Amino acid sequence: MEKTTKVVDLEKVVIKFAGDSGDGMQLAGTQFTDTSALLGNDLATFPDFPAEIRAPQGTVAGVSGFQIHIGRIDINTPGDIADVLVAMNPAALKANKNWIKKGGAIIVNIDSFTNKDLEKAGYETSPLDDNSFEGFNIIQAPITKLTRETLKDSGLDGKSVGRSKNMFALGIVYWMFNRPMEQTEKFLQNKFAKKPELVAANIKVMHAGYNFANTIEALPSSYTVLSANLKAGTYRNVMGNQAIAWGFLAAAERAHKGLFLGSYPITPASDILHELAKHKNLGVKTFQAEDEIAGICAAIGASFTGALAITTTSGPGFALKAEALGLAVMTELPLVVVDVQRGGPSTGLPTKTEQSDLMQALYGRNGESPVIVLASSTPANCFDWAYMASKITLEHNTPVVLLSDGYLGNGAEPWRIKSIQDMPSIKPLLAMEGEEYQPYARDKKTLARKLALPGTKGLEHRLGGLEKEDITGNVSYDPENHEKMCYIRVEKIRRIAELIPKQEVFGGKEGDVLVVGWGGTHGSLYSAVDNLQKEGESISLCQFNYINPLPKNTADILNNYKTIVVCELNSGQFANYLRINFQGIIFNQYNKIQGFPFTTSELEAHFKSLLKK
Amino acid sequence: MEHLTNKDFTSDQEVRWCPGCGDYTILRAMQKALPQLEKKKEDFVFISGIGCSSRFPYYMNTYGFHTIHGRAPAFATGVKLANPNLSVWQITGDGDALAIGGNHFIHALRRNIDINILLFNNEIYGLTKGQFSPTSQKGIKTKSNPHGTTDEPFSISDLSIGAQGSFFARAVDTNPKLMQQLFRGAEEHRGTSLIEILQNCVIFNDKTFASITAKEVKADAQLFLEDGKPMIFGAEGNKGIILNGLKLEVVKIGENGITKKDILVHDAKEEDPTLHTMLARMRPPEFPAALGIIRKVSRPTFNSGMLAQLEYEKTNAKFKTVDELLKSGETWEVEG
Repeated sequence: MEKTTKVVDLEKVVIKFAGDSGDGMQLAGTQFTDTSALLGNDLATFPDFPAEIRAPQGTVAGVSGFQIHIGRIDINTPGDIADVLVAMNPAALKANKNWIKKGGAIIVNIDSFTNKDLEKAGYETSPLDDNSFEGFNIIQAPITKLTRETLKDSGLDGKSVGRSKNMFALGIVYWMFNRPMEQTEKFLQNKFAKKPELVAANIKVMHAGYNFANTIEALPSSYTVLSANLKAGTYRNVMGNQAIAWGFLAAAERAHKGLFLGSYPITPASDILHELAKHKNLGVKTFQAEDEIAGICAAIGASFTGALAITTTSGPGFALKAEALGLAVMTELPLVVVDVQRGGPSTGLPTKTEQSDLMQALYGRNGESPVIVLASSTPANCFDWAYMASKITLEHNTPVVLLSDGYLGNGAEPWRIKSIQDMPSIKPLLAMEGEEYQPYARDKKTLARKLALPGTKGLEHRLGGLEKEDITGNVSYDPENHEKMCYIRVEKIRRIAELIPKQEVFGGKEGDVLVVGWGGTHGSLYSAVDNLQKEGESISLCQFNYINPLPKNTADILNNYKTIVVCELNSGQFANYLRINFQGIIFNQYNKIQGFPFTTSELEAHFKSLLKK
Repeated sequence: MEHLTNKDFTSDQEVRWCPGCGDYTILRAMQKALPQLEKKKEDFVFISGIGCSSRFPYYMNTYGFHTIHGRAPAFATGVKLANPNLSVWQITGDGDALAIGGNHFIHALRRNIDINILLFNNEIYGLTKGQFSPTSQKGIKTKSNPHGTTDEPFSISDLSIGAQGSFFARAVDTNPKLMQQLFRGAEEHRGTSLIEILQNCVIFNDKTFASITAKEVKADAQLFLEDGKPMIFGAEGNKGIILNGLKLEVVKIGENGITKKDILVHDAKEEDPTLHTMLARMRPPEFPAALGIIRKVSRPTFNSGMLAQLEYEKTNAKFKTVDELLKSGETWEVEG
């Protein structure tokens, strides 16, 4: 039955699955991702879903999407626009009409283009009947009808049959990209281990979709994307939030510390709590607190008692934690606060990405209250930055804020698995029994104070939020002491710059344009700069992960380019931070506050305009 | 176990409460009670929030943490979960525990974490200089409500029982022996132990509990509840509490045919909270105020539940190290 269809080899391709939030598009996308990863493609993914669990059916607001970019070349973003769109209803088509490449393939479930469906999506007539999508390769697949037909003898109820539609769509896409279906079959067997009838039904529908695509004439060719040239090793897919959780697990084991998470559920950070809650076998204690404040306070209590203590949140929750974070600054206790940023202010855009909590992280507390601020920049390196945040906080006994974002947290990419022995050692700074102990005596080099843990004989002492006397840690209202302590707390963080690696630059060490970014924009900035470098342009990228303190060679880098443009998903917070730190240097800005990442094409267009000047 | 005395628990910091403050007797009672407990000095931790009472940890020569306003239960929870071997004491006041910290307070009681909470109730804000608190009597005139409050006060015992607290006791700051006894009882109890201490603020709310604690009335105004003992009180030891229909009533033994046998016998371990609620609500002049351990029921603690899960998972887990976790699931090899 195999037809001889032309197989075209592609360097890279972007596929988007879109449908109602109940249509199972996230699952279809994840399955395609896992299969592609096992075939050795490099990839990046980006799920995009509404804040509501089940937004009104069939409306544009209720569209849930999953975009995946696979390639045999280095892939750094989930792709700007899709080569192939699966649209399960008119709303999904409408929501993505500007995000599909001219001439690309659109697979629509034609059964859901009734007048009622069109009306819900705000169409008066079907966009398939006019010239709205002229030049596109529209594949009208009767997905609902064929799914029902396939399962007519299965004995399943109508609801279960309806839910299998996503497998039909997945089958079509598997055929288009020449992918084997074994991985998904295995997945279904595990997922529905107790319901063999569902396993059989879903597999049957997926095969029906595959065969449908093979049979119809609408698809001119099937495509393949060969394995990427990745560094040798053992790989797996990781999502950013999962990688953060694992980074903490690795750090706790390496530091011989118990891991304690105090947290309160919040989008898009909850998956870190979920992931750590699974691993009690590794000694993790997770505490779902009554609110955001209790989450951080319990973590600080655990830190005082000797755990590697963390709290995870997003913008609004981070605001609630501000006072307690100030206490950790005053008492100089180790603590990592993870902020998986989302659109703000207030409740803002819970499921969309943004980088607008930078100022909150740096300055959002009462008093002179400096903290270390780090930012992860790819889903996979969330592992490394969670690990580094743990190392720094335990060795310097001062709190660290780790900034991630919704795009990194929910995004996935292949990760060359590390062993905890590959990571740098962690040496917590502790006082031991029998030692002469002064709670606020300091290490000469780092200015860090030692912790004495409850249960250690002879080292009983009191901590608190009132100003501390230098050395003794007793309560002190002395004016000179207060000023001195404020400067010590700043200096302690400044000195970390002496220990961290120098900032690196991608591209020439001097030139026309320096693109500056931080955190989660790395993929899109890198892709744009890489493309322009290949065209021979004099452009470099400087992407920061250490925000406070900044690496000590930062000024040297910034002085070597004619034009600097700071690109970020906010109105210019990092640019302003750089202006405070490097007065006299001109920082141009390129900003976006739409809840979405930068596209490579918009960045390239802007950088070209700067290069022309 | 080395022998410890109250001096071992006294820190070198100058105590800075107002002269005559009820907090002094509570502090001394604590310093005397701790040596009586089977616990090493380094295993005690005192956690507080903000307010006059919350300066307490500075005066104890133990591990201590003076945290932020209202949040002490959350810190205490973190301490206990990180090291369940520690004896954790939370010191709080009516403003700290019931206003800004109300949420954490009820959740600590609900979870039944094995900590001891001492709530110094003086029905006023002291440290901020005299505003009404959530337990201030309705109508009280303060700086923040010069025309008298229109707030309905909380009943701490009702709140505790409503939040499923497993241990509720009440003391007065004028009775150090009773306090020592209740501190020991709280430490023995597995779960969140709440002790309300009626504490006098000499500056902003002086004598607010005089109807209970004044020398001339206290014999008739205080009922010491002891498990298994009849509820008898009074200067002459002839008053008792009976249940008349659905209400409590004060009676005199020897009058109207009442004998000792008719008097209610205290059962702190009774699961049904109805009688405990009624006893804890009693107030002069109609009733004596109930003191002692009013409710002490057995319930699994949050910390023991968490530890049991950790142990089970460690024994039955698929992997024992982080490296094994990182390599678990779908992986693939890329050849060099």
